[in-house]
Amino acid sequence: MTPSEMGPLSSAIRVAWVMLSAGLVLAFFRLVRGPSLPDRVVALDLTATLVVGMIAVDAIASRQPVILDAAIVVSLVAFVGTVAFAHYVEKRGSE
Amino acid sequence: MKEWISAGLLIIGVTFMLLAAIGIVRMPDLFTRMQTATKGGSLGIVCTFLSVAVYFGEFAITARSLLIIAFFFLTAPVAAHMIARAAYFVGYQLWEETVTDELRGHYDLHTHALDSGTYEVVVRKPKTGLPDSGAASGEKASAEKE
Repeated sequence: MTPSEMGPLSSAIRVAWVMLSAGLVLAFFRLVRGPSLPDRVVALDLTATLVVGMIAVDAIASRQPVILDAAIVVSLVAFVGTVAFAHYVEKRGSE
Repeated sequence: MKEWISAGLLIIGVTFMLLAAIGIVRMPDLFTRMQTATKGGSLGIVCTFLSVAVYFGEFAITARSLLIIAFFFLTAPVAAHMIARAAYFVGYQLWEETVTDELRGHYDLHTHALDSGTYEVVVRKPKTGLPDSGAASGEKASAEKE
């Protein structure tokens, strides 16, 4: 944990990891449970958002701004996936 | 000072994202879940990446963070709208305590066209799905527009 071992930022990073992990668990719960296909697609979209947030937190925690490019790619893939799923739901109907 | 601002923005952003995740579990039907996930997620992304921009404080990284924020603001509403529209067409049931459904009777379920923006409102009988999309409300809308 590089940013000044005991500073405000390192505690904030710890809290951020915990909260994002809890968010991932909740989104995964909806992904498993979701009564219909659109619910699962929404949960998947939120999962991608949380992963992008995790990448941002990791960029600060490890002082590596390079991985921000990965965040761009993940958000792009998530968008394309959601649009494709929406098209698929509209053609096929939700189950 | 920079660290404090960055830490504050990070906590705010992560809190928004956690609220989005709580909302997606707690909300009663797809449309409310979709709106909480999209709004909370977008605000969380904005604050988190502003925190990244403040922390590094370099031009290239700030530009990249703003690019991600702009990209999210372009794509998240589009994705949410598309999935909600698809769910509405396949007859996803609204929550039973929903007060109003303003789209009822305004979608042509055959061609998937919305009748807003046209002055000549053609009311067609819906083929399937949605609870009787009353011809009455459609006719009232066309009467008001004339």
